[in-house]
Amino acid sequence: MPNAGADVQPGDSPAGVLPHERWGEWLDRHSRTFFIAPAVVLILIFAIFPTIYSIVFALSRVRFTGEGLKFRLVWFQNFAKQFFGNDQVHFLGKVGTMGALGTLFFAAVTAAVLWWLRRSYGKTSWIGMTGRAISATMAIFVAWIIGATLLSGNPIGTLLTTLFYVVVGCALQFVIGTGLAFLCSQPISGKNFFRVIFFIPLMITPLGVGYAMKMVADITKGPFQPLFGAATVDAWVWSADPWAARIVMMVCDSWQWIPFIFIAMLAALENVPRDHVEAAQVDGASGIDIFKEITWPQIVPVAVTVLLIRMIEAFKIVDLPNIMTGGGPGSSTESMTLHSMYIWRANDIGTSAAVAYLLLLLTVVTCASFFNYVVLGQLRRARG
Amino acid sequence: MSSYTKSVCALSAAVALGAFSGVSMAGEFDGVTVNILTRPGYVIAGRLAERGKEFEAATGAKIVVTEVPFAEIFPKIQNDWSTGTNAIDVGVFAAGWGVELDSAGLLEDLTPYVKKDKKLDLNDVAPYFRDFGQKIGGKTKLLMVDGDFQMVYYRKDVLEKAGLQAPKTWEQYIDVASKIHGQDMNGDGQGDYGSCIFKKRNAQSYFAIQTVAASYVQTHGTAQGFHFDGATMKPIVNNEAWKKAFEVYKETGKYGPPEELNMDIGDTRGLFKAGRCGLLIEWGDPGTLQLDADAAKVKGLIYAIAAVGSEEVLDRATGKLVPVTKESAPHSVDGINYAPFAAFGGWAGAINAKADQKKKDAAYAFLSYMNQAAQSNVDVTIGATGYNPYRNSQLASTDLWVKAGMPKELAENYIGAINAALNNPNMASDMKIPGAQKYTGVILDTELARYLAGEITVEEALENIEAGWEEVTEDFGRDSQIEAQALALGTVGN
Repeated sequence: MPNAGADVQPGDSPAGVLPHERWGEWLDRHSRTFFIAPAVVLILIFAIFPTIYSIVFALSRVRFTGEGLKFRLVWFQNFAKQFFGNDQVHFLGKVGTMGALGTLFFAAVTAAVLWWLRRSYGKTSWIGMTGRAISATMAIFVAWIIGATLLSGNPIGTLLTTLFYVVVGCALQFVIGTGLAFLCSQPISGKNFFRVIFFIPLMITPLGVGYAMKMVADITKGPFQPLFGAATVDAWVWSADPWAARIVMMVCDSWQWIPFIFIAMLAALENVPRDHVEAAQVDGASGIDIFKEITWPQIVPVAVTVLLIRMIEAFKIVDLPNIMTGGGPGSSTESMTLHSMYIWRANDIGTSAAVAYLLLLLTVVTCASFFNYVVLGQLRRARG
Repeated sequence: MSSYTKSVCALSAAVALGAFSGVSMAGEFDGVTVNILTRPGYVIAGRLAERGKEFEAATGAKIVVTEVPFAEIFPKIQNDWSTGTNAIDVGVFAAGWGVELDSAGLLEDLTPYVKKDKKLDLNDVAPYFRDFGQKIGGKTKLLMVDGDFQMVYYRKDVLEKAGLQAPKTWEQYIDVASKIHGQDMNGDGQGDYGSCIFKKRNAQSYFAIQTVAASYVQTHGTAQGFHFDGATMKPIVNNEAWKKAFEVYKETGKYGPPEELNMDIGDTRGLFKAGRCGLLIEWGDPGTLQLDADAAKVKGLIYAIAAVGSEEVLDRATGKLVPVTKESAPHSVDGINYAPFAAFGGWAGAINAKADQKKKDAAYAFLSYMNQAAQSNVDVTIGATGYNPYRNSQLASTDLWVKAGMPKELAENYIGAINAALNNPNMASDMKIPGAQKYTGVILDTELARYLAGEITVEEALENIEAGWEEVTEDFGRDSQIEAQALALGTVGN
């Protein structure tokens, strides 16, 4: 290639800039785009494209043939059957006539949600109101499911099982994790030892936790056998009782995730200025008062953020029930992720994708609501 | 493994090697690797790997056995072969699952290979396994490594001590189980269980329920089937017969281990080998497993019954149960209808149609090696292999079995039970149509598990199964399913 610069006569270029220098300048001006481009392309390839492609799956019935995959568009049939079809019991639970307790609960939640909506009307933008309307719709829907299944004495489906793991599980983990962090932030002997011990479960792979817990929780051969034997509950086993199995699942999950809350809350507690606490002590405030008035307000922003991260993670619980019970007894310990996985494993990819999208919707609405109404509120208050 | 079985293995391996190297030139498949996918654990997979080593020494072909959880075998193979990944050359799975893969054009036709094969001797393979297990649409597409029937087993000593007869009907099964439940059956001072059945979800429970249901539903011979109406493919599941089977199945749990709902076949095998089960539903394996060193407490004590039957059968016109008569159940014996269930149909190997020709040749040679009497007649006598008899020469006399250490009386009972099941004109065939795994392994299994856990009633479970099966039938196309069903049950020429 001839040297382009050699042919350029003086005066050809207004500022006497050579073409390759113009290129350089152009590159300089767009350098931000070029630096960011690989990341954007990677995200598009590995995150956005599969997400969009999976919508095609969710709207189709997919068959495996010698010529590859065959799609048949069925629109929202895969979704509809979770709510109305023969998968209803699996996903929503057995929706029967609502009992008195269920009706009461449903009415109370609906009234509270509507009152909250009415109160924010006019105070927030239309975008805010749309968000609130979505949150409210889901809250009322979940309340209806709880009323019609759980509170009316009917079995629940994977939707409520997942919410049980998330809501009850995260609450338990938060209380115990924060409690342990508080203890370890006190000047007690051996606290470094306990810090390490309490942190270990988080470092074990969930699969390993599943098998370990399967052995620990075995009441005929496991370490607690003498305890169960002494209590003469030989004929009772947790793995055959839906609620006992769910609770065991939640406890085992908590064992692994309490350390996460613990370590984050410990960092927050260590950051509470000592002088504030000491000043309160000088003023004669009790330990409870100090925690309530000084420590707690300072750690709340961290607490709600940690809880949010933990919640997002908790929606994805899959290893423990898969290993410990295979989703059983029946489908009672099956989370939505496991629900989707089992259908996927049967090569029913369309329905599996539909369940995965329902989980995405549930996770996004729940976590976005929690973020908007709880986390942001606490952060604003902390700043204010 | 006892020292005897070890020496039998070693000897047979040596003999087989000698015989094998005689026909195939050493190094014939040098540099060829055959990837096999099958179930986890020593059962089925272990013996493939061991024989694979011998095969490699004789021919140079490397046999790699990959193990995946039971519920993942079929979808993994379907996925791999259909999307063109082709990481798997041979799948070893239920003979019945082959039909769906074959209808998608994924299976290599083995007929030309069989024609050239002098050592295979297909005439020695029992007719049911040869014509319904290995063949699809008249062409050989699979080679068995195992023949399967589900049978009921009982502890002879326990029943004799209690003055009880082996059960002939499912009502008697429950009666016997209830009477022996809680007795100490292995002398450790602890109460043991009347009945042990693997009832865990996503495992083998859906086979055991079919063993119970078959005798209530199928009355007019193998060709009648017990899942669908042959003419319309309408499920015959939402009726009194299946309801009764579900109820009987659940009731056995009262006399079973408390954590039965969380037990798969490995768990129940552990229990009966430790002498903790009075009755059990199983494949052919307990016959030989009781000869293992860790089953010393029950050696020679676990006897087989070809089939447990029913005194009531389904009237397909009304969906009601009616008493057994010569009209309602022509194959009944002494007022009891039997329908031994060929559960799973046996583990069989199939070759990926898209594999390289060199790989296909090596893969066929290996499957043939596994199937030939020289190897197979040894493998089926070893409990741990998971291989049960499927060749006439294995079932003709008790010699093989007595040689393997089985007491003569037990060997007679065991071979007698399998022969009786195999020769029963009302033998119930496992589903062998496209979607078989979805119909039973997913839909039946899930609804059954929910019913057992008390989440839904038996009526709801059966309604859901009916709706689910209809959905699968619609998915594959009703007409083609009707055709496939006719082919699978032999109502049209196979």
